Amino acid sequence: MVMVNLILILLVGGVLALLSERINENMPRKIALGIVVIDLLYFLNHLLAMPEFNQLQTPLVADPSTWIMHFKADWIPAFGISIELALDGISLLMVLLTLVLGAVAVSASWTDVIVRRGFFEANLLWTLAGVLGVFMALDLFLFFLFWEVMLIPMYFMIAIWGHENRGYAAMKFFIFTQASGLLMLVSILALVAVNHSATGQWTFSYFALLNTPMAEATSHWLMLGFFVAFVVKLPVFPFHTWLPDAHTQAPTAGSVILAGILLKTGAYGLIRYAVPLFPDAAMEFSYVAMALGAAGVVYGAVVAFAQTDFKRLIAYSSVSHMGFVLLGVYAWNELALQGAVMQMVAHGFSTAALFMIAGSLQERLHTRDMREMGGLWHFMPRMGAVAMFFVVASLGLPGLGNFVAEFLVLLGLFKVDPWMAVIAALGLITGAAYSLLLMQRSFQGDLNPKLADHGLVDFGGREMLTMAVMMVALVGLGIYPQPVLDFAEPVLQSLLETTP
Amino acid sequence: MTVNLLMALMPILMLSLTAVVLMVQASIKRDQLVAWFITALGLLLTLWGAGYARDFTQPVTALLIVDDWGLFFTTLIVTAALITLILSRDTFSTEGERKEEFYLLLVLSVLGAVVLIQSSHMVSLLLGMELMGVALYAMIAFPEKGQLSLEAAIKYLVLSACASAMLLYGFALLYATTGDLSYGGIGLKAILAYQQNPLILMSGTAMVVAGIGFKLSVVPFHMWTPDVYEGAPTPVTGFLATISKGAVFVALTRFFVEGQLYEYHSLMTALAAVAIASMLVGNWLALKQENIKRLLAYSSIAHFGYLLVVLIALAHESAEATLIRQAITFYLTAYILTTLAAFAVIACIAGEDESKNQIAAFDGLFWRRGIQASSLTVAMLSFAGIPLTAGFFGKFYIISVGIQSQLWWLLGSLIIGSAIAIYYYLRIVFAMTMSAGTATKGQCSASSVAQDVLAILLLILVLLLGSWPQPFIEFAGQL
Repeated sequence: MVMVNLILILLVGGVLALLSERINENMPRKIALGIVVIDLLYFLNHLLAMPEFNQLQTPLVADPSTWIMHFKADWIPAFGISIELALDGISLLMVLLTLVLGAVAVSASWTDVIVRRGFFEANLLWTLAGVLGVFMALDLFLFFLFWEVMLIPMYFMIAIWGHENRGYAAMKFFIFTQASGLLMLVSILALVAVNHSATGQWTFSYFALLNTPMAEATSHWLMLGFFVAFVVKLPVFPFHTWLPDAHTQAPTAGSVILAGILLKTGAYGLIRYAVPLFPDAAMEFSYVAMALGAAGVVYGAVVAFAQTDFKRLIAYSSVSHMGFVLLGVYAWNELALQGAVMQMVAHGFSTAALFMIAGSLQERLHTRDMREMGGLWHFMPRMGAVAMFFVVASLGLPGLGNFVAEFLVLLGLFKVDPWMAVIAALGLITGAAYSLLLMQRSFQGDLNPKLADHGLVDFGGREMLTMAVMMVALVGLGIYPQPVLDFAEPVLQSLLETTP
Repeated sequence: MTVNLLMALMPILMLSLTAVVLMVQASIKRDQLVAWFITALGLLLTLWGAGYARDFTQPVTALLIVDDWGLFFTTLIVTAALITLILSRDTFSTEGERKEEFYLLLVLSVLGAVVLIQSSHMVSLLLGMELMGVALYAMIAFPEKGQLSLEAAIKYLVLSACASAMLLYGFALLYATTGDLSYGGIGLKAILAYQQNPLILMSGTAMVVAGIGFKLSVVPFHMWTPDVYEGAPTPVTGFLATISKGAVFVALTRFFVEGQLYEYHSLMTALAAVAIASMLVGNWLALKQENIKRLLAYSSIAHFGYLLVVLIALAHESAEATLIRQAITFYLTAYILTTLAAFAVIACIAGEDESKNQIAAFDGLFWRRGIQASSLTVAMLSFAGIPLTAGFFGKFYIISVGIQSQLWWLLGSLIIGSAIAIYYYLRIVFAMTMSAGTATKGQCSASSVAQDVLAILLLILVLLLGSWPQPFIEFAGQL
């Protein structure tokens, strides 16, 4: 019931935020922040109170009673569809990430959104609710439902509060995810039909569908349906083209959620569904997937290097970083998977922060074009220093979370395919180049004379506090990553046992 | 004829009675308001009649079959007629002309639809289809000043006549080979006739299916649809899209199942081609439309392409007949409710003003008429098949059925078609989110409270059917 409440709090909170606009137009953002914090505290409070929480046992993938939490209630018994939610170490990390970044996103919208604030915060909270649903649903129908429904508030956020080319970006985002989602729906239904003809029962439960016996060709096709849906969301080259548009055009809070959380639903889907449901097919397919990942790492980095738009550069860097996640997942050994999970968390923080900085710059300069920036450190030293921190985090400076993640992925990958690791490592070098270029063009270098009369204001207390949260998180992940690894380890162990 | 048979015909009797009373009333005192109330009362009585007849389900003569399935669709269609009635009151009341004949035509057309739904014989099929169609021509042409509506009516009339001629010729060929005109009789005798004279039998069935396909406006019989949708008064367009098409599809299903048409491979191949073409062409042509009624016309072409998948699935031996029947029931219900929701909003916002049927007229509707915009958004999402809406569960059924019968080509077209469709449905949603400064555009003509209540009601129905379908699935399973 805790998991249902987590989602309900956000849904109801969204309605409250929407209605509160009538009282005072500053109310919605306060309510939204309050709701997310309450949700987070409620979750933590419940977790810490659980007696078995201190001694994380190794959960069996197919046995929900060994998971940290499990909830099941009938919904549409005619098709064996139930409201089944469950939580293991990985979903727990993702839920925490979602809620923390949710609070960050509300903070990012604090002054950025000036019209229809109530509807904005409502959409933000509803998106978070949908993402939580994706991370916790273990009924494939319910999972698909959250997967699709979370797009609608996100679509509204881009379409209503986005920048100059928002209509195009929102449409592209929606069509890409919808069309690939339909492929997944066909795969899900086909999987259920195969299971139905084998057992005579309709069920959408993940636990029942694991180990469904099926012909080799069938499992290949079905696995592909899942794979395409997840890599479009991740996104992986060549399915990434929606991402630069959507990230660039979305309002700051939207970019934070998109890059920080929504992309991770794709990675989560790969780990949770695409491989364990079709272990043989996925393992045979792993070289193709790894090749796509390595291509994404290099391609994203090279294209990012050529960008002049601040947000677009970060967007392409996401393509590069998500390539590491794909590599980590399909290398499918413990080190690489640990790295993938770590990357999901660390990239969430570093990109969210960079998008917030981009948003603050746009708010002050009314442009995202780096050719019109330069020497901003002079006016805004605090923002410059913060940007420096996250830029070096993103390029993988040792001591910060992203380094640990990428290092683990490379280490695990090297055992499977050394050459693939070599190619991926090239991405790190290019990564350093574009990241430093970003810093140099905007904050350092010669002072742009046109900027002097903009009356630039440095980061204030709210912004610094938000940034500090993410800095602490990244330093923590970099210096002492063990707690995160401990959460993920038993789950990954048992997942690894599902494959031959 | 026993009393029991009359009881089973209760809905048809009630509708006929309403028509007679309306005619008598027109001869005594012409009054639009009275006519409106008589029609409303008559339709409500028909609803009661449909419930009452459930205790007397049986074949009535060779022509009609009264069963739970047909009675359910009767109920649905009469409900849709009531909504059309509510919408048309606002449309026609402002013009100050005598409009009470419209209600008479409406009742006659519904009567035709009910006969069509309960038909079990070629004669009743033709009777129902013509009664519905002839009344519809007049309804489409009803606005006296409308050039477009006249054009639409003529177009529909001429092409309908062609379709009817084709249907009749098909009947003749079927009769020549099988010597029977009832669906069941054809089904029994056709297998033998197929061995003797396959060509004539197949051309006969193909002609009947083509004649029906015209009314459903599947490709390649779809040419009339956008013009008629655009030209007809908005409530009539809604009527055409829901009642007419729904009733015809029910009749087609009966003919298909009873006549065992799914046994013939060549016919199924042709039907599959029609379905694929409808899904792709319908969705593709909808992309470029600027007029929302034309857009919905093309979208309806695609939706009936999706529905044909279910009929084709019958041919496969692994198909489950109960699942297929449920799929048809669910999809048609979802489609009818969603279409009504969409046209209720369009009738309210656009009215009869041609310029207001453009998508641009919906700019910023969210900030002007939040309830109407929400209702139209939900309708569009339901058409697009987004979860939690009725349309999604309909699509869920169709994909399930398609997978069971392994119709991969059709499923592929369905996915491509749906992916294209998202674009034009979202265009409308996007237009409504724009911050338009022209707040005066598209005001609702009449009492907006009633319109809002209707919009909310339909919105809730569409969402409820999609988010909590279990009761309806159980109900549909018993039909």
